[in-house]
Amino acid sequence: MDILKFLTAGSVDDGKSTLIGRLLYDSEAILADQLEALHASNRKNDDGSIDLAILTDGLKAEREQGITIDVAYKYFQTEKRKFIIADTPGHIQYTRNMVTGASNAGLAIILIDARKGVIEQTIRHSFLVSLLGLPQVVVCVNKMDMVDFSQEIFDKIVKDYKVLVDKVGLKNVTYIPVSALKGDNIVHESANMGWYRGSSLLPYLETVEIPKDNSSEHARFPVQWIIRPQTEELHDYRGYAGRVSSGSFRVNDKITVLPSGFNSTISKIELLDIEPEAAIAGMSVTVHLKDEIDISRGDILVNAHNQPEVSKQIEADLCWMDTRALDTTHTYFLQHNSKVTRCRIQEILYKVNINTLEKDFDEDFRLNDIGRIIIKTADPLAYDLYQNNKANGGAILIDSRTNVTVGALMFRANVE
Amino acid sequence: MSNKQQLDYLDELEAEAIYILREVAGQFEKPALLFSGGKDSITLVRLAEKAFRPGKFPFPLVHIDTGHNFVETIEYRDAMINRIGEKLIVGYVQDDIDQGKVVEQKGKNASRNALQTVTLLNTIAKHQFDACIGGARRDEEKARAKERIFSVRDEFGQWDPKRQRPELWNIYNGKIHKGENVRVFPISNWTELDVWNYIRREKIELPSIYFAHERDVITRNGQLMAASPFLNMDDEDVIERRNVRFRTVGDMTCTAAVESYAFEIDNIIDEISASKISERGARMDDKVSEAAMEDRKKGGYF
Repeated sequence: MDILKFLTAGSVDDGKSTLIGRLLYDSEAILADQLEALHASNRKNDDGSIDLAILTDGLKAEREQGITIDVAYKYFQTEKRKFIIADTPGHIQYTRNMVTGASNAGLAIILIDARKGVIEQTIRHSFLVSLLGLPQVVVCVNKMDMVDFSQEIFDKIVKDYKVLVDKVGLKNVTYIPVSALKGDNIVHESANMGWYRGSSLLPYLETVEIPKDNSSEHARFPVQWIIRPQTEELHDYRGYAGRVSSGSFRVNDKITVLPSGFNSTISKIELLDIEPEAAIAGMSVTVHLKDEIDISRGDILVNAHNQPEVSKQIEADLCWMDTRALDTTHTYFLQHNSKVTRCRIQEILYKVNINTLEKDFDEDFRLNDIGRIIIKTADPLAYDLYQNNKANGGAILIDSRTNVTVGALMFRANVE
Repeated sequence: MSNKQQLDYLDELEAEAIYILREVAGQFEKPALLFSGGKDSITLVRLAEKAFRPGKFPFPLVHIDTGHNFVETIEYRDAMINRIGEKLIVGYVQDDIDQGKVVEQKGKNASRNALQTVTLLNTIAKHQFDACIGGARRDEEKARAKERIFSVRDEFGQWDPKRQRPELWNIYNGKIHKGENVRVFPISNWTELDVWNYIRREKIELPSIYFAHERDVITRNGQLMAASPFLNMDDEDVIERRNVRFRTVGDMTCTAAVESYAFEIDNIIDEISASKISERGARMDDKVSEAAMEDRKKGGYF
């Protein structure tokens, strides 16, 4: 069994939390005491049925306002798969929270209200999903019960969305007509939409394949910690602790340490009392090398035959996440894997109007703004371009005055 | 797991938790691992062994002792410390009561559960811990479902849900100002069943109260409470001998038992898979109001 992490995105009244509630309710993932609290709550739908959205709105302010402010994580499993849902807020002022949810997801569910069709928020959410490079998208056309389960309306929305798909560059999009409120095509097949031949949402989520990069290409191992017991019997023990972020390593592989550029060979891979021959993407292990070289936290071991770029200047997409605007004269911290260095935004190339996707050239970079910049770092970074290797192509910006995470960076092009 | 082509979900959860523990080691000066004697913190100890052996843990274990412990928990704790050879620091709620820093609750449902927050904050301040690793999981409760893996607390230990830092990819920002600290939750993404499956797979030993045993209990508010000198009882309380086990290990006055014949871990996993009550459903402390956990977290609770 594996894990599928997915996020749900939709605007304020698209019924996102209801959809998740329905998934949990119909797949019987809700336990008795939670159900009891649900029935005891005063919040009800207009027809008197229980409001399933309560299951995901966890904070007081969210329940009071009936909206989702922060990402809520929900867990359920079926016989085929374990699921982690990131329920992300739809409102424009919480774009940064949606980006947070999307950064770890393998699939996005984008909700469209059948009565409204593709609207500004749909464009924004689709753009963000494309920006973060999610490999799979499911468009759920919701509230089909309110448009008499009309195939014509569904087909029109699919047609409109396909125009958007080309514009923002999404891959692998699937369309499902649903009613989260009534339960049509969520877990069970709808009796009201005989014209729809595809699968319901849950069976689709149970079987969809999320490509994983386990090839020896892009083998990357950021070093987090050096294990040196310095006891008598383990006097010469020196292990590099970390997690394979992409690709795979085998014993006897030739590796290069970056940014220093020293070469060596893997002599052993271990995890407590096990010594695997290979470590694949996602595995946390301890690596030993044949040669004694100076390696510390922040360095990265890579396949000697497939190395990332090493540079102090990179062109990147920036998503700004702080209420204080970007200051191009200020020195920020940049954190890339286990590496932290000082940096400055050298140039703002353009901003994207995320509602129209037009380029914008004004100089201010404020909360929830997204655009293209050139960043200059104090120490060299060993990075891949985000579109080629997500695991080694993203970084965060930290404001040295507040210590708060203020930006997300996706490296897009090398600067000559 | 010698030559895997794909990670199983337990491998994936384990690898993520080890990664988070190593980030704590790499980013903080004085971290600590909060150890309650419960299965979640016992799982953390196992994960720390995987993250740092054959080296020592880069942090001590810290136990906040309410004084209302199950005997079995303390015996387990001491035997485990002996086995792993790491440092244990104990913060006693009794000390804070004796010094008048907190006042013991009165009445039938009195518990020291709320008092331990004060002892926790005092212990953090005394040892100047900048990061505290805990075994909380997002599936336990609605407020926890929204908390970050690196959760920054101000100098009063408060959690501000509206000002959480964005947490992108697997990059954790542990930068803080002096006086602040970070609560770190390496098993955020595990469910109760995941923890049990992991304990079975790794053959981890647990305190015996997790397994079915005979015990004197009383029924209160529909829940089975262990009869003990710490529980304020009166004539209405009837002591019965029942076959029970505990799903969480907390203060004896607020941890309810469930009727059970699960003597082996396989029985427990079957029981949880079929269960209709969530784990925290057996915690009196969460029952107070819908936002009980959120309010306690804002006040410094884990």
